[in-house]
Order: sequence, then structure tokens, then C-alpha cells
Amino acid sequence: MSTTFQIVVCGSIVPDPLQTLEPVTGPAGPALKNEMMLPAVLDPWASHALYEAAHLAQSQPGSKVWLVSMGPKAKLQQVMMTVAQKVPFELVALDGPASGFTDSFATAAALAAAIEAIPGLDKSRLLLFGGWESASRGAGSTIQMTAERLGITEQFQGVDRIAVREDGSFEVLERIEGGRHQVSVCSAPPAALGWATGFLPEPRNNPQVGMANMKTIMPALQRAKAATAADPGLRFVSVSLPKQQRETRIEKNMTPEEIAREIAAWIREE
Amino acid sequence: MESILLLAHTEADGTLAKPALEALTAALALGGELTVGLVGGVVEPAANLAAAAGARRILAVTGEPFTQPRYATDAAAAEALARAAGAPIVLAPATARWSRALPGVAYRLGGRIDSHATGLAEREGAPAVNRWFYRQRMEAVLTRTARPWLVLLDAGCFAPWSGEVAGSAQVEFVSVEAPQSRTTVTGVQAPKADEQTIRPDAKLLFVAGAGWTKKQPDGAVHVEEAQQLILGMLRGAQASLGGSKSLVDLSGEGQAVLPFMTHLNQVGQTGSTPRHPKGLSTCCHGEEPHVVGWRFVTERRAVNLDPNCGWSRGKADVVYVADAFAVVRELNRLLG
Repeated sequence: MSTTFQIVVCGSIVPDPLQTLEPVTGPAGPALKNEMMLPAVLDPWASHALYEAAHLAQSQPGSKVWLVSMGPKAKLQQVMMTVAQKVPFELVALDGPASGFTDSFATAAALAAAIEAIPGLDKSRLLLFGGWESASRGAGSTIQMTAERLGITEQFQGVDRIAVREDGSFEVLERIEGGRHQVSVCSAPPAALGWATGFLPEPRNNPQVGMANMKTIMPALQRAKAATAADPGLRFVSVSLPKQQRETRIEKNMTPEEIAREIAAWIREE
Repeated sequence: MESILLLAHTEADGTLAKPALEALTAALALGGELTVGLVGGVVEPAANLAAAAGARRILAVTGEPFTQPRYATDAAAAEALARAAGAPIVLAPATARWSRALPGVAYRLGGRIDSHATGLAEREGAPAVNRWFYRQRMEAVLTRTARPWLVLLDAGCFAPWSGEVAGSAQVEFVSVEAPQSRTTVTGVQAPKADEQTIRPDAKLLFVAGAGWTKKQPDGAVHVEEAQQLILGMLRGAQASLGGSKSLVDLSGEGQAVLPFMTHLNQVGQTGSTPRHPKGLSTCCHGEEPHVVGWRFVTERRAVNLDPNCGWSRGKADVVYVADAFAVVRELNRLLG
């Protein structure tokens, strides 16, 4: 028997990991220098969540995937041109900040409101997906608070696998300390899953999927409502780059035996 | 300083694990009146320790449903303890269990939460939290006016509390009706002891890069030998294994590369940021997205054939320009 899910993936955009980042202080608090000019990508953990959602939807016919994303509209459009080619989804866009200095409580409020407004969403079949971390704030708290706002109290974090059983229940593998996984069984949705990396490779670009997605992405971007995620009670005392630059000793002429002896002695030092 | 609630879940024998002891040190250093809230099947040993450390009040939620690490029950227990304590500042170690449950509790309490705190100090009578942004690329100090303010403290940032524990503490048991949950924890999957490659308490992080799977000077790939050398190194040095994204992705794509290397080993931008006193990188170029995961590795050395690799540009203390196969082969002989 197939179980159908309505899978809502929350994920925002982050600066491309290869970019050099520098903090600046603006009127609204800390930000990144030239933030709007930096090339952006969909957050890596949100990407994993999206790929897992698409994989699950494909294996459970009748299921559907939405991507709820908050970010500056122009940047979202840019990133969606690439993301759209990966897997089928319907975009729900929020025109708001994607900064790492945005507060997770306020972000969760904006995301939950957007999810509540999805036409025809059946919350009894809802799986709320997102990253358990992000490459911006790394709050690790937005999905839980969004889920609480939606009344979801079955939650999992650091998820690497979901496996749906014949009876509609699903087994979840969550990362815990020491490179181990906790195994749980949830009897039915709704549930929230904050994804780690999972085990799926990144899907190849599929232009046909891209064309189908773009039919809904452009209208979604045009409809995107302005959202704020400010918390007036949050104050950044300082934001700085780490200054540590090591004096590197480069050894070009040591034999493997000499190197091994030096490293062994270094390892044994207390 | 405002009063503080420290939340801790106990081990099966009722004691506190190292992350909780570290959080206890942080809470005591902050200086406010301390309440300790315990969750678990057995709490007396932890309560005695908390009393010896100076906690004014000890609250506990016990009972079979609260022994399992599960969102619904952990959140209910933490919420009840926070309401009973009424403390404006709530601290907890960033264990998998509390990291899963406490953000939802912050919402229920109408408070705010910050995770991954690496430092905590008193500033004008209130806490100021240090945490990193953009995957350890920049560090910020922040404060909040909203209360309760929940803070999850990363492991390895404070010395674990130690001291003499004598006598028995007075514990106030908080009654909580276990919420209906559709989730059952069925077990833990862990590698066999001799296949364990992730050791958070290891003194050495040994990182293997994609170079281990590339053609060697004889024009051939030596993956089998690479496996033996890497595993031998882990055994000899009792090291924890890390990997670069490129190597981990090769494993994930189903290629027969290093079968023990998974995404759990990945260090860097999209992986972990482990805390080890020493790190040795091999066959890895030291690109920035990987090296951000080394932020908290104190002493760093690298073995690489390229003298201009990223490690040489101020990211490592020593770079040995050499063939990692030859160096690790000899290292295994010395450490074995």
C-alpha cells in the first residue's frame, strides 16, 4: 500500500562556499560586504532535504513537494534557475532576508505563515523538511520552531534516512554523538525532519524538469510577499573575522622516514 | 547576574556525561543563582554532583517515558522544568538530544534560543554569547533582551566540572504527564568497535583527502593499500577519521573507494567542525571550504605533494611535501 505525503521543504540561499566573506555593519545590524553581489547557492543542507523529498515523493505516488524559500527576490530567481533543473517541486517564495544574522524565531514565524497559506495543504499528511544546519547562521532551530507553530510534535534532527514501511509508518535514522545513528519509527505523519546529508548523490540537471518547474517558479516569485525576520531584542556586540594566520613551515627535503619520525614524536607529545 | 537553569539529561547510571559537566562549568562561571534541571530514569548521582557544585535548587523529571531521547517527551520535560524554575537564562549542552528538543521549547515558552555557543561571559549584568557564523568564517558576540533565553553550549569549549561529591541532595521532582507520541526509539546503529572511525575524544584528527584514490607515481590507483594504511593509522594513533567533501562524495556515488568513509566523516563547510588538539591532513589540498571545519583544531600538520597547496598558505603549522603513502606506511610501523 502506498502512502502519499505532502512534503514541504524549507530552505534558503547562502553565499557560494568559495567566496571570501567580510562582515560590515549596516543600519539594520551586521551584514556581508557586497552581499547582493555575491553569487549564491541553495543552502547545502536544504539541498539535501529537497533531493530526499523528491526521492520520497517519487517512491510514494501521489505525493507532492513544495520548496518554501525566503530570500531577496532577485537572488532567489537567480538560484532557482539552477535548482529548478534538479527535481520537481512547486516554489513558495518569500521576499525577505537570507542573512546569517537573521533571527531563527522570526524566520520560523514567516515560514510557518507561508506554509499555512499553501492552498489545499493537508497537514495530516505533512512532512516538514529542512536542513538541520545551514551555511549561514547554522541556527539548528528554525525547523523545530516552524514545526511547533504548525502543531507538529514528532520531530527528528540530523536525519540521514527515511524509509516508509508497508503500513505507512516510517523509520528515521538520526545522527547522534560518536558517529552513530539513532533509529526511530514514527507511525504516521505529520512530522518534521531536519536533514543532515542523507545518502543520495546530487541529481543531474534535467532540462525537462527545469522547464516544468519554471512554469510555477516565475509566478511564485511574482507573488512573493515581503517578509521580515528582525528581532529588536537581538543585539550584536561585535562581528569579526578570525585573525589567526599561521607561520607555516614547509619541509621539501625530508625523507618519508624522517617525516614519519617527526610526526610520530608530535603525536606522542602531551 | 540573572538566575540560571541548567538542563541536563542523565546517563543510564544517573551520572552526567562530559558535555553536561562542561555546561555546569559555564553556568557556574556566569555567576547567577543556579538551578539544575535533570531528565532521565535515574537522577540521584547527578543531583548529588550538582549540589556539590553549588546548585541552589535541583529539579528533576523522571519516569520511563523520559529515558528515551525523543522530541515529544524531551520537550515536555524541558518545558516543565523551565516553567518550574522560572529562570530567565536557560543553558544546556548541545547534545543531539537537547539540540533536537530545545528550540521547540523556546517557542513554547515565548523565548529565544541560540545554538552553537562557544563562549559565555557576563556583560552589564546579562550574558553575552560567542558564536560563529557562516560556518566558522566569522565570530560574533551577541546579547538579547527577550527572556527566557535558551543557549545550547557546544562541547569542548569549557573544562568539565570536577570536584568532590559527598552527601545526598534534595531533589524536587516535577510531575509531567508524558505526551502521546507516535515515535518509538528502536535502537542505535553504530559501527563495530574495531570499525569505529569517528572518535570525538581522540587527540588526533586524521584527514584523508581525495588524493588517496588517485593515480600514484606508478600510474596505477592503489585504493586497497590506501584503505589498509588509513585504517592502520587510525588504530596506531587512536585517531578520529575525517574526510574532504570530494572523497566522501566519491563514496556516496557508489564508487568502490574507501568503504568506511561516509558523510559522517566529512569535515568542513558542509560537514562537521570537530574539536581535537591535533590534526594531520593527508592528500588533501586544504581548500577553504574544507579548512573552515578545522577552526577548532589547535595544532595542524599536512602531508601533500603540492608545496603550494592551501595548507602552505598559513592554514597549517607544518607542511611536509611528500608522498602520503610512503609517510603513513612508515608512521604505521612506528606507531604500531
